Amino acid sequence: MATEILMPALSPTMEEGTLAKWLVKEGDSVSAGDIMAEIETDKATMEFEAVDDGIVGKILVAEGTEAVKVNTPIAVIVEEGESASDIKAPAAPVAAPEAGESSPTSEVMADARPAQPAVDRSPDYPDGTEMVSTTVRDALRDAIAEEMRADDTVFIMGEEVAEYQGAYKITQGILEEFGARRVIDTPITEHGFAGLGVGASWGGLKPIVEFMTWNFAMQAIDHIINSAAKTLYMSGGQMGSPIVFRGPNGAAARVAAQHSQDYAAWYASVPGLKVVQPFSAADAKGLLKTAIRDPNPVVFLENEILYGRAFDVPKLNDFTIPFGKARVWREGSDVTLVSWGIGMSHTLEAADELAKDGISAEVIDLRTLRPLDMATVIESVKKTNRCVTVEEAWPVASMSDHIGSEIMREAFDYLDAPVLKCTGKDVPMPYAANLERLALTSVKEVIDAVRTVTYR
Amino acid sequence: MAARRATKKLTASKTELLKYYRDMLLIRRFEEKAGQLYGMGLIGGFCHLYIGQEAVVVGLESVAMEGDKRITTYRDHGHMLACGMDANGVMAELTGRIGGYSKGKGGSMHMFSKERDFYGGHGIVGANVPLGAGLAFSDMYKGNKNVTFTYFGDGAANQGQVYETYNMAELWKLPVIFVIENNQYAMGTSVKRATKSSSFWERGTAFSIPGEQVDGMDVLAVRAAGQKAVKHCRAGKGPYILEIMTYRYRGHSMSDPAKYRTRDEVQKIREERDAIEQVRGRLLDAGATEAELKAIDKEIKDIVNASADFAKESPEPDPSDLWTDITIDA
Repeated sequence: MATEILMPALSPTMEEGTLAKWLVKEGDSVSAGDIMAEIETDKATMEFEAVDDGIVGKILVAEGTEAVKVNTPIAVIVEEGESASDIKAPAAPVAAPEAGESSPTSEVMADARPAQPAVDRSPDYPDGTEMVSTTVRDALRDAIAEEMRADDTVFIMGEEVAEYQGAYKITQGILEEFGARRVIDTPITEHGFAGLGVGASWGGLKPIVEFMTWNFAMQAIDHIINSAAKTLYMSGGQMGSPIVFRGPNGAAARVAAQHSQDYAAWYASVPGLKVVQPFSAADAKGLLKTAIRDPNPVVFLENEILYGRAFDVPKLNDFTIPFGKARVWREGSDVTLVSWGIGMSHTLEAADELAKDGISAEVIDLRTLRPLDMATVIESVKKTNRCVTVEEAWPVASMSDHIGSEIMREAFDYLDAPVLKCTGKDVPMPYAANLERLALTSVKEVIDAVRTVTYR
Repeated sequence: MAARRATKKLTASKTELLKYYRDMLLIRRFEEKAGQLYGMGLIGGFCHLYIGQEAVVVGLESVAMEGDKRITTYRDHGHMLACGMDANGVMAELTGRIGGYSKGKGGSMHMFSKERDFYGGHGIVGANVPLGAGLAFSDMYKGNKNVTFTYFGDGAANQGQVYETYNMAELWKLPVIFVIENNQYAMGTSVKRATKSSSFWERGTAFSIPGEQVDGMDVLAVRAAGQKAVKHCRAGKGPYILEIMTYRYRGHSMSDPAKYRTRDEVQKIREERDAIEQVRGRLLDAGATEAELKAIDKEIKDIVNASADFAKESPEPDPSDLWTDITIDA
């Protein structure tokens, strides 16, 4: 059967090209793989190979012809005993479907984000539950131990997690209870063990990968994003990555620029990840247990300064907190303060100070940044008409910026003042004690911001 | 070829040879068709063809058992066909249609089949190496005898994470076979221009990982080396490195003008060392007839044409699919 050879597209952007040179002539036999012609594209001169065996029946476009559109017939290949005239009417060029062409509703659909959940103000645990004062450190350890007891596919790996009992003692006693098969010291090789963890999650395990600090995870960020976050989508839903990446994030004390970055906004920008940044010990425990059970990759951002701080934790056999549910720490009427992680320390202290001056602040702890409980924030802003966000990360392209833009979109008419943000300063973290204090946000900055938006 | 190459004469039954011939031919014809569909604008973006390297995956698949896993980089169509994935689903993914293995959301470089234990299809050079070791870790953790074939190229072999992985794999005795498909060019950079230490399998010795170099144009040589490697891994002795010397006939991707090597270099290998021609010769020696082989050629041509038809006819994903498969509901 005679076949038409069409002008090929030889790069992702080529629309037309020059048929520079024919390397075969009419009557020549060709086999699959033989070079037939040289074609100049927008980028280079490329060789064009035969795909089928046959005889060159007719050359339709002479060499030297410029601006030959992709998919124009350029030659006819025939079989033994056929002639070029055996080909029927020229086939219509096969056009690649244009994106969005298939449905008139495409554009509308593309902007249709999944519906946002409603406000959920149900309590995290029943009234009257016995509470036990626990540090964030012990709460995290308890969460890990409880989930490891419940599920043999859960294991933990990282630098110094086993014999050293954790660089920050989060895994105290874990090796003793679960043994070296499930508690694994790694060499100092973040890129490698993060990737190994993701592979293990595809193999049916539920790894907890500890980074000694999230600063070191920059060496592993390719696996967190390209391997863990994107694979479910790239596989059409076949391959989930049930893995938790966790460790201390943000500034500790006097550890300077390379050990003090807060990655909240970086990871929260990535579809496919879940991102948690707890403040209290109860949240650390309840959210880490949820993270370990979640079938998706979870970025769990802890804080070294909070590790030693004690909070009340409910004494329950199996205490979990769902993702995407903010906690209202105190109700108020004059301004909404939105924070998470260690930012909550400044925020709660500022709210106490403001109360003394008769300014009533509602304090919301987001707890998880993806999914983000904007419903609770919007509901509050509609009541107070003012909002200040508080975080320790850098100010440019921050979580605060995102929250501010969402408030404008959803509650613009309710605002009586611009949404202000208190953030870390736009500088690498300095070492000197006085400069470090200046680089972080503070209770005073929060109070000043509230006075600005309340005009008091 | 260099060190530790098996010297005993390699033989296989006619049945085995017929299977290898068929499997390699399927990959070659499929890839030629993919190149053609790319030329017609039906396949977009990047498209890296496997033509010339067929003996590597077909030789190693012949030693795999149920439950063994495989993972590779972006030149992945051959691996998928060799492990039994359906040509229709692969081709439809190349055209970005709903009938593709990733529902059209992954494309040439990102395809997966949990059912066939094929774990991708990865576009970041070198990243699949620790991922493969992680798959092997999961088998060791569960205490089974499965191995993971972790394929990468001579280009990826210079990535730092490969050596991080070698270190952990030997330390923890992971059942992973590192398969370096040395096709001698990392995109347009020849091995000589990228490293002074060009014997890639020997780099494993720094981590105490055994390995060998293999003639990747001879499917029986690949099979023999694969048998040794899986035996080592299944015995709990840890990882093994196979540096398989191969050659790609086409450009790095469809948009590669291939000015870094001569046409004569490519032609010489095609004529003298082609993997499919070698098996064809062995088959004729073993008593196969031209008619028998022609029938296989025809069968393969039909499968490939059917896959192209399927890939053209399968619809594009629904616009609502934009928002699915981002996370799994907990």
